[in-house]
Amino acid sequence: MKKPFWEVISTLDKRWIFLSVFIVITLPILFPINLPLKASEPVKKFYENIESLPEGSLVMISDDYDPGSKAELYPMTESVMYHIFKKKLRVVIVSLYASSPPMTERALNVMRTLFPNIKEGVDYVNLGYKDGREATIVEMGRALQKAFPTDFRGNPVGNIPIMKGVENYNSFKALISISVGYPGTKEYVQYAQGRFNINLLTGAAAVSVPEYSAYYNAGQIKGMLTGITGAGEYEDLIGRRALAAKATDALSFGHVFIIFLILIGNVAWFTQRHKGASHE
Amino acid sequence: MKRTVPIAILFISGLFMIVQYLVPHYRVNDAAGVIQQWAIIITAAATVLGVANLIRVSLDQALTKKQDWMYKWVILVALVVTAVSGIFWGVEPGTFCNDMIYFNFYTPMASTMYASLAFFIASAAFRAFRVRSWQAWLLALTAVIVMLGRVPFGRLLWGDFPSLVDWIMNVPNTVAQRAILIGAAMGAVSTGLKMIFGIERSWLGGSE
Repeated sequence: MKKPFWEVISTLDKRWIFLSVFIVITLPILFPINLPLKASEPVKKFYENIESLPEGSLVMISDDYDPGSKAELYPMTESVMYHIFKKKLRVVIVSLYASSPPMTERALNVMRTLFPNIKEGVDYVNLGYKDGREATIVEMGRALQKAFPTDFRGNPVGNIPIMKGVENYNSFKALISISVGYPGTKEYVQYAQGRFNINLLTGAAAVSVPEYSAYYNAGQIKGMLTGITGAGEYEDLIGRRALAAKATDALSFGHVFIIFLILIGNVAWFTQRHKGASHE
Repeated sequence: MKRTVPIAILFISGLFMIVQYLVPHYRVNDAAGVIQQWAIIITAAATVLGVANLIRVSLDQALTKKQDWMYKWVILVALVVTAVSGIFWGVEPGTFCNDMIYFNFYTPMASTMYASLAFFIASAAFRAFRVRSWQAWLLALTAVIVMLGRVPFGRLLWGDFPSLVDWIMNVPNTVAQRAILIGAAMGAVSTGLKMIFGIERSWLGGSE
C-alpha cells in the first residue's frame, strides 16, 4: 500500500537530506548568480577605519585560525591584505595558531602577484606563530620584539627594516584580529585592547559574532567582518569580489534550504501527531 | 612541602601580576616581562609534554592491540612524518611539510570535518527541531529572521530584514552576552583569588 505523503516525509532517510544539501550548496558555487551585497554597519566601520589611515601607516594582522575555518576566514585575510596594500599601508602579521602561518604565506603570495612592487621586510613581514596565548598577547604590548625575536623564516627581527622602531602595540595604527576562537579576538579585547588602548578590528567566524557583538557595541571593537557574509560585503566595498562573495550565494541558498527543512519537518510532525491523536 | 612550595610560588607570582598592573614603574614592568616570558616558555614546554604523552599512550595501545589500535599507528606515523619533515626540511612554502602535508592532507581533512557540520545541522533541523512550546516558537522565529536577514537573499525578500537582525543582535543578544561575560569574568576573578590564597587546590592534583 502506498504511504501517505507526510508519512513518507516524516520517515525520510537522512541521506536524501545530505544529498539535497550538497546540491543546494554546490550549484551556486559552480554557477554564481552574484546576489546584490550591501554592507552592514560593522563591516562599513571596518572598511572606513582602514580607509581613514594615512599612507605608510603600520598595521598588525593577527591571523588566528586553522584550516578547518579556512573557507570562512581565509577570504578575509586576502581581502584585508588587498585593502592594506591598495592603501599603501605596511603590515606586520603574527599568529597565535600554530596552523595559521602557511595560510598567511599563501595570501601574501597572492598579494605579491597583485602588487608586484611590495617588498618583504619593507612593506610587510610575517612573524609566524608564537605559543603562549594570553601571555603572548600581553607580552606584545610590552615588548613585541621579545615576544617575536625572529620572523617566519627565522630572520632576526632587529634586521628587518619594517620592524625598526616597532616596540609594542603603540607602534600600530590598527590591530586586525582574524579569529575563529581561542585564543583570538576575545583575548585581545580582554588582555590588550583596554590596557594598551588598541584600535581593534576583527574578522570573526559567524559563530563568534553574537559574542563579539557585545564588544562591538561597547566600542572595544571598532569594526567587524561578520562571517562569510561580512567578508563578501567587505570584498564589495574594496572593489574585489572574490572567494567570499561567491560563497555568500551558496550561504543564501543554504539558509533558505534549512528554513525550508525546519518548516517541512514541523508540518510533517504536526500532521502525523494530529493523525495519531484522531486515531486514538 | 610538596604542596606548600607550589602554593607559595602561585601566591607570590599571582599577587605580583595583579600589583604590576597597577604600578607603572619600569622596574616592575621589566620584572612582569620576565614572568610573561616564563609563561610563554612553560606553555611551549607543555606542548612538548603533550606530544610525549600522546606517543606514550598511542604506542601502548597500538602495541597491546587495544580497541582501535590501528588508528593509533595512523596517529604515530602522521606525527613522526610531519615532525621529521618539518624539523629537517623546514616549513616554508615549497617544502614537503608545507605543500604536501599541510595543504594536500591537513587542510582538506580539517575543512571536510568542519563542512560536514552543514549536513548534520540540516538533518537536525529537519528531524529534531520541533516547535512544541512557545519558547521553541520564539527560537524558531528568531532563527528564521536571523538566517534570512544575514544573507543577501533576505534583503531581496524584504528590505528591512537586516535592520531587524541588527536590533536582535544589538539589543537582546548583547544584553544576554554581557550578562554571560560579566558572570564568567566574576567567576574567573573569584577562582583566581581562591587559587592565589590557597583556598582552591585542585590544580595541585590528588584528592585534596
